[in-house]
Amino acid sequence: MTSPGNLRRSVIQLYKELQYMGREYPAGADFFQTRCKAAFLKNRHETDPEKIQMLIDRGRFVQKEIEALYSLRKYRAMKQRYYDQDEMDLHSKKIENFVKQL
Amino acid sequence: MSGLRVLVGCKRVIDYAVKIRVRPDSLGVVTDGVKHSMIPFDENAIEEAVRMKQKKIVKEIVVASCGPAQSQETIRTALAMGADRGIHVEVPAGTDANLQPLAVAKIFSKLVEKEKPDLVILGKQAIDDDANQTTQLLAGILDWPQGTMASVVAAKDGNLTITREIDGGLEDISVSLPAVISADLRLNEPRYATLPNIMKAKKKKIEKLNPEGLGVDISPRLKILNVVDPPVRQAGDKVPDVTTLMEKLAEKGHL
Repeated sequence: MTSPGNLRRSVIQLYKELQYMGREYPAGADFFQTRCKAAFLKNRHETDPEKIQMLIDRGRFVQKEIEALYSLRKYRAMKQRYYDQDEMDLHSKKIENFVKQL
Repeated sequence: MSGLRVLVGCKRVIDYAVKIRVRPDSLGVVTDGVKHSMIPFDENAIEEAVRMKQKKIVKEIVVASCGPAQSQETIRTALAMGADRGIHVEVPAGTDANLQPLAVAKIFSKLVEKEKPDLVILGKQAIDDDANQTTQLLAGILDWPQGTMASVVAAKDGNLTITREIDGGLEDISVSLPAVISADLRLNEPRYATLPNIMKAKKKKIEKLNPEGLGVDISPRLKILNVVDPPVRQAGDKVPDVTTLMEKLAEKGHL
């Protein structure tokens, strides 16, 4: 799995996915995409397969973090626009209890 | 209980994070060149269908959207999240702004006749018109029970137990299938449609239909007279002490 060809493919796949996600970045697509490219270019001369895999794993971690960012941002915006804060707290407790029973 | 077919509706609207600008003619908002995406509540709807499929309650998820050609992107996102196939009911660009909930409900009732789902899940409300009507209208047209504002849905023996978020609390109801549900924000956490999933979704089928072919008259029943920005917030007054505060309040008639 850590043959150079596979690693190269993994890196390129990761890059494409991060660039795709970067389109929605709150500070701007450009902001994210230029920094993402720079980050990948900085490591392009790395040859140690273990090190490369570690960098890929870090990239995947960043991808998850961004997914969480987007998800939370959207949730908070909807919550603020459509729901009364006091009612939300009430619902929170009740839903938690209901789900525990299931 | 297994092997249900679910029909999920979604709509392409101006992205929730975009700053809305009113058109110069005050009859709508600027949509040209503006980022569009799926309504967050519709994402909850699709996510719920996908989770039910993962639990083997649902066998097939059909996602449908009514709108211009670009609605196909929204359908692809739904397919990337896990829907099996899509239906695009195409409405010419320009007239889609006049596509109102009643027309959409009628279109969906025809889709129900065609696809014969056991369950229809829609998003609670669109974030552009905030109508919150399509689910209710559709349930009425079909004469099916409805569970709107659903924040918990549990399936058992041909029935669904739904917890609804209503003013002042939560309401638990039980509905028999077939039924129509509208998804609320807290129903689930929608998954992100990653690039690999979007690519895989390109292989899934999207059927193209139009309102005329379904025999639905989509002419609007409501006419938009005027669209304006909310009033600009006035700056407040700072007062040096309590006495002045009381005076000002009395002046304005608040005491």
